Amino acid sequence: MAQAQRIAILGDEAIALAVKQANVDVIAAYPITPQTIIVERLSEYVANGELDAAFIQAESEHSALSICVGAGLAGARVYTSTCSQGLALMHEIVYATSSMRVPMVMTIVNRALNAPLNIHCEHGDVMAERDSGWVHLFAANVQEAYDLTFIAFKLAEHKDVMLPVSVNMDAFILSHSIEPLTPISDEDAARFLPPKDYELAIDFDNPITHGTMALPDTYMEFKMQLKEAVEGVKEIFPEVVEEYARISGRKYWYFDSYMADDADAVVIVMGSTYGTVKTAAKKLREEGLKVGVIGLTMFRPFPEEQLVEVLKNVKAVVVMDRAYGYGGLGGPLYTDVIGLLYRNGIRIPAKNIVYGLGGRDFKLDEAEAVLRMAAQGAREGGFDTHVQWWGVRA
Amino acid sequence: MSAKKLVEQALKGEFTYKTLPIAAAIPNPPTSPEYKTGAWRVKAPVIDQNKCIKCLLCWVYCPDLAIKRKDDDSVEVDYDYCKGCGICTTVCPVKAISMEEV
Repeated sequence: MAQAQRIAILGDEAIALAVKQANVDVIAAYPITPQTIIVERLSEYVANGELDAAFIQAESEHSALSICVGAGLAGARVYTSTCSQGLALMHEIVYATSSMRVPMVMTIVNRALNAPLNIHCEHGDVMAERDSGWVHLFAANVQEAYDLTFIAFKLAEHKDVMLPVSVNMDAFILSHSIEPLTPISDEDAARFLPPKDYELAIDFDNPITHGTMALPDTYMEFKMQLKEAVEGVKEIFPEVVEEYARISGRKYWYFDSYMADDADAVVIVMGSTYGTVKTAAKKLREEGLKVGVIGLTMFRPFPEEQLVEVLKNVKAVVVMDRAYGYGGLGGPLYTDVIGLLYRNGIRIPAKNIVYGLGGRDFKLDEAEAVLRMAAQGAREGGFDTHVQWWGVRA
Repeated sequence: MSAKKLVEQALKGEFTYKTLPIAAAIPNPPTSPEYKTGAWRVKAPVIDQNKCIKCLLCWVYCPDLAIKRKDDDSVEVDYDYCKGCGICTTVCPVKAISMEEV
């Protein structure tokens, strides 16, 4: 591990730094708030000669991702970033990227989808791509977003993975906040991410047909390959985070948890709100309330077995969603968790808190109230309702 | 694996998701000639060479390049790939092509 120096940096700029250090070959993107600064800095790196890459500003996100697919198949290390409407416009190619097994990293600076028009934080954009066969990672702070970018490239390009990976960071709360960052050295970055070695890369001496058609007699088998590849990421993840820990001193896992092991009640959350709930939990622990918090880093594949190890010992769980599944049973993380509880025989009450849509603030005292609610649910053996939209003026 | 072998196995159903090429990225292209789409056909075009005036309209219009043009501009049907759509019978100005059960 090289001597590490702590700096203060804007969230978006930290991502651009990581992508530069990852030594990407091709960046294709279309600017969209609040991702804009990432691609602005990357274009500057390329223009200044600090990064030897092709920077392509496409005419739309649909084209940006299509360019990335082509460049990825050509063997390049590729990167893009978007959010909200931009990700929605990519949708068609999102599925092609994973199903054609093109390794790639995309930062999604999670922003609410129209309508009404809103540029602030919500996880609804990535949730629309939940089932696409991408690996979805969530960062709780700027340091994590930076670190997960390297981990994402390593996972994406692993010979047994060959999948696109999204790194999700909360719009503005992380993207436009200046936070402390301890970067890894360029040398460590280069050692961690050696030149891409991609089995399906285009080779003129050994032609290969990409983007083929598969009719009913073979289509399911190809989708089964995708299913196994995505689920297989859970087995490869530990070796990747272990290697990253050796160069950075920071150990990542499927999720981070705070005092969850002996807790009566836990709150599960993704993104920057993890820090808020953790801080509130620390205070309540001092009062003697046995609450814990789980901040999910890996959303897809869903770390079922690892979560079961924690949830089998608690009496109640509150799942916080910064997105909603309209007309369904609740938010996407909540429906995953209640499914997990049911099929693992864990009979505990579970409640869904839907919060922060369109960037509505979720503050420390509110986190404290949610934790108290979780503890009450554990004490009383149930909750008043399944789903609660937090703070809605009703 | 050769393209021919791959298609043979696929057509016979002798494969699992593990033996198929990853992501349907096919090695050793092209594989399409191995896929005899003539099997889709219900009725087949039959050319009456005595009526044919060698205008080549059928050769131009055939969407599957299944009309073969010979050196003397006479034509014949490649039944390996003709799907039996019948366009050639429609465009033929002298009604030299008929769709028949074969």
